[in-house]
Amino acid sequence: MSVSNSSVSRMPAPLALATRVLPLLPLQVLLGICLREIRSRHPRIFDRLGSHTGKRYGLAPSDLPIAFVLEPRRMNPRVTVVRTLPANIDARIAGPLSALIGMTDGSYDGDALFFSRDIEIDGDMEAVVALRNAIDDSRVDFLKESVAWFGPLAAPIERILRSLVGAPATQREEFGVEGGGRSWN
Amino acid sequence: MELICPAGTPAALHDAVAAGADAIYCGFNDETNARNFPGLNFSREEMRESIAHAHRYGCSVLVAINTFARAGNVELWQRAVDDAVDAEADAVILADVGVMDYCARTHPQQRLHVSVQAAAANADSIRFYVDSFNAKRVVLPRVLSVQEIAAITKEVKCETEVFIFGGLCVMEEGRCSLSSYATGKSPNMDGVCSPAGAIQYREEKGALVSRLGEFTINKFAKGEAAAYPTLCKGRYQTDEGCGYLFEDPASLDATTMLPELRAAGVAALKIEGRQRGRAYIERVVKTFKDVLSALDDGRPLPVDALRGLSEGQSNTTGAYKKTWR
Repeated sequence: MSVSNSSVSRMPAPLALATRVLPLLPLQVLLGICLREIRSRHPRIFDRLGSHTGKRYGLAPSDLPIAFVLEPRRMNPRVTVVRTLPANIDARIAGPLSALIGMTDGSYDGDALFFSRDIEIDGDMEAVVALRNAIDDSRVDFLKESVAWFGPLAAPIERILRSLVGAPATQREEFGVEGGGRSWN
Repeated sequence: MELICPAGTPAALHDAVAAGADAIYCGFNDETNARNFPGLNFSREEMRESIAHAHRYGCSVLVAINTFARAGNVELWQRAVDDAVDAEADAVILADVGVMDYCARTHPQQRLHVSVQAAAANADSIRFYVDSFNAKRVVLPRVLSVQEIAAITKEVKCETEVFIFGGLCVMEEGRCSLSSYATGKSPNMDGVCSPAGAIQYREEKGALVSRLGEFTINKFAKGEAAAYPTLCKGRYQTDEGCGYLFEDPASLDATTMLPELRAAGVAALKIEGRQRGRAYIERVVKTFKDVLSALDDGRPLPVDALRGLSEGQSNTTGAYKKTWR
């Protein structure tokens, strides 16, 4: 059972190399703003996380020389950008950035990425499963919400970011279908 | 044939509705359902809202209360039945005869389905559920060949439903104690097989080692497709060598068997995977909608379209085609 060809995009090497010398503080400020937006727009994430809001998650894009420590605390969620993940994290999720983003917006199924070995997970598996389910239910579109505050420029910036990261475009909205099924009661 | 789709969250349910599911099954966020995973399932309020949403689009919702009630705390299961009825569930999917009895006596108008967990694998046992609790449908355990399904469907008075895609286990539906043995928790009583809290993964020189409780379940070489860390799909060292003692890690895909299942008189086709993400739900539901359209139109059925979503990236027709006999 060898892994079939992965459909997950990797970050272009020159861009990944550039990240090596970029200062981390501006990125951290941007992510902090984004996280606060997500907190206000998607409060149900924290209900689904339950006791795991107190956990420290290490998110390690395998195609970038940086990583993120996510602390999804209900009142004061925090994300820290680091060059190397610290030892004192509860769980680690690693994989191409496009896979990590794709799991948040519903483009990729986390189990399938695990089966294909595109992502690696270790540490507290309850915390990992709770985070995956909470985010999957929330419909967080991380890239879209990260650039929302650019106003009219948000859409073109999002397109550029998606092409750089290799993340699939998402068109998921709240919708239904017309007719089709039947009801018993 | 009706397409029954899984949903572990309200968002997944909405996506299943949008993808064209005829009916969706889901459960409450406690041990009354067999997918009691962290962050998964529906609160009472979410269940009411989700059922209302599905009904707006003509989609039915079946509430799985398919674990076995614990002695001394049957009220939890009875309350789940009451709340599912109150939320206007189109059917409840039950496994425990005590819970079925409660449902049949307390809510005689509620449509009742017999869960796969009840392991009703012959016409006599199905007749018992129909006669005793007015069961309208039975989800057949995954131990039967298509010929056996056809014989049972012809003989019983209720509808039959079969799984066509998703995770498989060792076909001891409702009776498996492997997870209990390794972790103290089981899908039958706690609603969780191989609970996440008992799972460990670690990298060993590029290989992925999975452990459940005190047991090493598998060691996947670099580039080898991985599988769930369940004892039934473990790869073990024995005197005879190293291999999968119980079953290979593979997902069921009965696409090629659909013409025979239809001819057998099966009423509904079920997709496993309430624990999976929205990407899985949307893709699997859309794929099977296309497959069923092709079946209706007499076109060739697209096969092997979902291997990338499968456990171990491998598929099987399971017991439907018992090639080992």
